[in-house]
Amino acid sequence: MLNFLARRIVQLIPTLFFVSVLIFSLQQLLPGDPALVMAGEERDPDVIAQIRQQYRLDQPVPVQYVYWIKGVLSGDFGESLRNKVSVRELIGQKLPVTMQLASMAIVIAFLIGIPAGIISAVKKGTAWDYGANLFALWGISTPNFWLGIMLIFLFSIKLGWLPASGYVPLTENWRASLSSTIMPAFVLGNAIAAILMRHTRSAMLQVLESDYVRTARAKGLSERSVILKHAMRNALTPIITLGALELGTLLSGAVLTEQIFSIPGFGKLIVDAVFNRDYAVVQGVVLVTATIYITLNLIADIAYVLVNPRLRA
Amino acid sequence: MTDATLNALPIAASDELESPARRALRRLFKRKGAVAGLVVIATFVLLALFAPLIVPFDPIATSWSLVRKPPSALHWFGTDELGRDILARVVYGARASLLAGAISVGIALSIGVPLGLLSGYRGGFIDALISRITDAMLACPFLILAIALAAFLGPSLGNAMIAIGISATPIFVRLTRGQVMSVKVEDYVEAARAMGNPRWRIALFHILPNIMPALLVQATLSIAAAIIAEAALSFLGLGQQPPAPSWGSMLNAAQRFLTNAPWMAIWPGLAIFLVVLSFNLVGDGLRDALDPRER
Repeated sequence: MLNFLARRIVQLIPTLFFVSVLIFSLQQLLPGDPALVMAGEERDPDVIAQIRQQYRLDQPVPVQYVYWIKGVLSGDFGESLRNKVSVRELIGQKLPVTMQLASMAIVIAFLIGIPAGIISAVKKGTAWDYGANLFALWGISTPNFWLGIMLIFLFSIKLGWLPASGYVPLTENWRASLSSTIMPAFVLGNAIAAILMRHTRSAMLQVLESDYVRTARAKGLSERSVILKHAMRNALTPIITLGALELGTLLSGAVLTEQIFSIPGFGKLIVDAVFNRDYAVVQGVVLVTATIYITLNLIADIAYVLVNPRLRA
Repeated sequence: MTDATLNALPIAASDELESPARRALRRLFKRKGAVAGLVVIATFVLLALFAPLIVPFDPIATSWSLVRKPPSALHWFGTDELGRDILARVVYGARASLLAGAISVGIALSIGVPLGLLSGYRGGFIDALISRITDAMLACPFLILAIALAAFLGPSLGNAMIAIGISATPIFVRLTRGQVMSVKVEDYVEAARAMGNPRWRIALFHILPNIMPALLVQATLSIAAAIIAEAALSFLGLGQQPPAPSWGSMLNAAQRFLTNAPWMAIWPGLAIFLVVLSFNLVGDGLRDALDPRER
């Protein structure tokens, strides 16, 4: 186990290195003089000078990278050119909002996706199975920004049950906080529920054909106990770790969902940064996202080994 | 009982005679979902190609007397905030969406497959290098990477396609590499090598054709993802630029007028949904049709 852990962590180093190179090289894509482009329309000479100094644009590209990565490693992602706030501070403010949204979305995804997957596997070939598969197809094919707009139309404009936009922090008023985030969380969770349903279904189908399920049935156990105690436990182990890997989908989805519901989270931060040509913020957000994703992958791998006795060795 | 044995033989015989591609097509056409998907895609392709012949309205002609009119006998889908016909914009918008789906997946295939072949077949340092870069790109969520690339490249439909194409590339590198690894130990590859074929020839003519089915399935599903991504980028203003019609930017405008003109939001969203659903249906159908275990 320790060996495995060490190997996995050592493997992360080159990946993280390439992630940082990739994100750093984004700024090489800027057409023309990057300082002029980053300065925006006003072309204030002071701002241009500041950018040149901040990015060390007078130095060769590899040297620029070294300065940049040195800063990143000590937690300095640069400064937002628009807000004059450090990128680290901005990310620190916005990340908890998205985390709340993401956690709610994951809960919703599990609550819908797993029962739907189990039912469709147990009732394979029936109308239930057909319905669950249709739901999964719908969930995968619906653009989440469209679903968001339609939900706002129904629940905010027509019925007036939920606020159309805005965000209330959990610490301020939990009820208002939940009602401001339930629609976007559902929009995000819906797509993941569909993916989870498909995986649960195929894992359950596989397990239901296994020998120990046949043994459990032969022992005369009730069907309920066979499915809930014997089949489900084994089928769900890989699904739990899969949930962690869907975080990428979740963060991608958060970009548009937060935009539509005007939620001041991580996704809205990157969109605003793109509009304001605040490139340091874009780089910081992508870098933090990738790091979170890589870390979760690692945790999922470890969890998978921990719950699977055959791999523990 | 006798029926079953009588039928079993000719089917098995015909299975052996027909080419794998033909068999896959026959099995694909047996799936209602996939056929429905193909029909919808064909319809949208025809709409996009013959848009000027189909809709009598100019998609960018504004009219102040027609601002946000609900659906009527003349304007079936209603009009938007500048008095433009929404049906015309949805039909012309199919061009941007389908083009973005096809071109960005084309970009991803043409970069990803050669790199995957090289990585899987050569192994060693090149493989390690390509794999780590792929890991790094996969660590950035697809849409976030596409948005970041599009932001740095500058907003336009062309740049959006490049951004989406590059973001979708690592999936193809990884898929191709994995497939090559499992195929290259097969006897027929060994035989080709024993006959003295050069490496590039083995990779292109012996390995590539055998991994095509997996690539085809992934490409179809990736077109669905690319169309959503294009709509997302256009929604954010990073794709198709106004006044040219695109489903994503139409939805963006629609959100501002949701209270007074909800019809503006329905049609472009429904169009994205239908096209994406169809590509997903065809992709799922292809996966089943090409699966050698399900004969």
